[in-house]
Amino acid sequence: MKKDEVPQDPSALVGVTRDVCYVKDANGKYTTDLSIGWDVKKQALDNAWEDINERVTEAALLVKKGEKSPIYYFMELKLMDLPVLAGYTGFWQFTIKRHFKPSVFKNLNEKQLLSYAKAFDITVDELKEFNG
Amino acid sequence: MDNIIIPYNHIQTAHCENGVASGLLQHHGLKFMTEPLMFGLGSGIFYIHIPFLKVNNGPAISYRSMPGWIFSRASKLLDIKVKRTKFNSEKEAVDFLNNQLKLGNPVGCQVGVFNLPYFPTEYRFHFNAHNLVVFGKEDGNYLVSDPVMETTTLLSEADMLKVRFAKGPLAPKGHIYYPQNVKEVSKEQIQRAIKIATKSSAFDMLNIPGSICGVDGIKYTAKQIRKWRDKLGPKKAGLYLGQIVRMQEEIGTGGGGFRFLYAAFLEQAHSYIPNDELLTLSDEFTKIGDLWRASAINMGRIYKGRLNDQKDYDLCASMLEEISDLEKRAFQKLKKIKLG
Repeated sequence: MKKDEVPQDPSALVGVTRDVCYVKDANGKYTTDLSIGWDVKKQALDNAWEDINERVTEAALLVKKGEKSPIYYFMELKLMDLPVLAGYTGFWQFTIKRHFKPSVFKNLNEKQLLSYAKAFDITVDELKEFNG
Repeated sequence: MDNIIIPYNHIQTAHCENGVASGLLQHHGLKFMTEPLMFGLGSGIFYIHIPFLKVNNGPAISYRSMPGWIFSRASKLLDIKVKRTKFNSEKEAVDFLNNQLKLGNPVGCQVGVFNLPYFPTEYRFHFNAHNLVVFGKEDGNYLVSDPVMETTTLLSEADMLKVRFAKGPLAPKGHIYYPQNVKEVSKEQIQRAIKIATKSSAFDMLNIPGSICGVDGIKYTAKQIRKWRDKLGPKKAGLYLGQIVRMQEEIGTGGGGFRFLYAAFLEQAHSYIPNDELLTLSDEFTKIGDLWRASAINMGRIYKGRLNDQKDYDLCASMLEEISDLEKRAFQKLKKIKLG
């Protein structure tokens, strides 16, 4: 990539930082330049977020319908997956999957709920009371 | 704890690990250590597509070697000892950091980005292999030199603890690292390091058995892409392509999946070993980087919703196959090149 080809498409980086690009200067030597974003990757990131938001909406709906527990919703909301949530709570992944069931969730003790609340950075009440 | 400000020169780099490693070595007197040199000597260039593993609900692809390897490999070649410590106790991790600062030693920290407050929200995923330098403490806040930021930043004690003890895959466990007893490095040492590092990159890209690493890995991805439209449906297939582009072009790569950075390394290597083949190869990697960019634009047409025929996926795949062939040829040359 040449220095004058560095894309400058405004993206989420604006106002925070700029992206270092390795480019060729007019003499064909490597140098660096700063970019405020590139449309191609901005669209990829936007799509990823659109997908996240859809997953969160879908998760809320499943909680509302009584098919999933709030743990499932907050996992999606906090961009987690089973390995990450297992890391934060110390529970096995299959245990967490069981806790996705509203019937199992209902019987979790305070200590278990607190582990999840801490992982999601919310209070136990916020976790328990979420109903979609 | 009193205020401590260690005179550390903040450098902005494309990639965080290169930035922390080269910044710390510069701090210890090795002024020649640029980002491309660190990346090249650390044999950072790579490609891997791990099947069946999902990262953020997409394919697990990386254009660089394992986190931590760049600094480890480069420092080993230059005979520099890097001290690394992880912690089971948060308190020990805090005390250790504070002590290093009291000793006037800026340190590298591995952190998760999900709770990194100065990052743009859009970039805050559960990625736990980010790196930054802590070079002081002022009014209860840590002074931070994050190589992807244009300027230095602050982190409160609470935030610092959160990011150092992020959980999940690659959990940092408070990981702190810094070079010890840095001695002068001779030109001969650098020449020798260049020779070994280029050969080991060639090995990584050409000779790792199996079909998911190096140039074979790029072909593996191509093969998968041909199946994505029918297997996953257009929406998910588009998200998967987007994930490839993000791994390849997002902040931290220098563009073109680190290939430009590697081309810059080969150019700098030439100033230590005046073999013109290094410059020819540098040009080849620049062209390869340009092709990766062209491939990203092409994938973008699909996930922007403009194209969605099987032939469009096939075109993405054949571009990757072409890149794989070109990289194969370039690394074969690199393997054979005489470097003294």
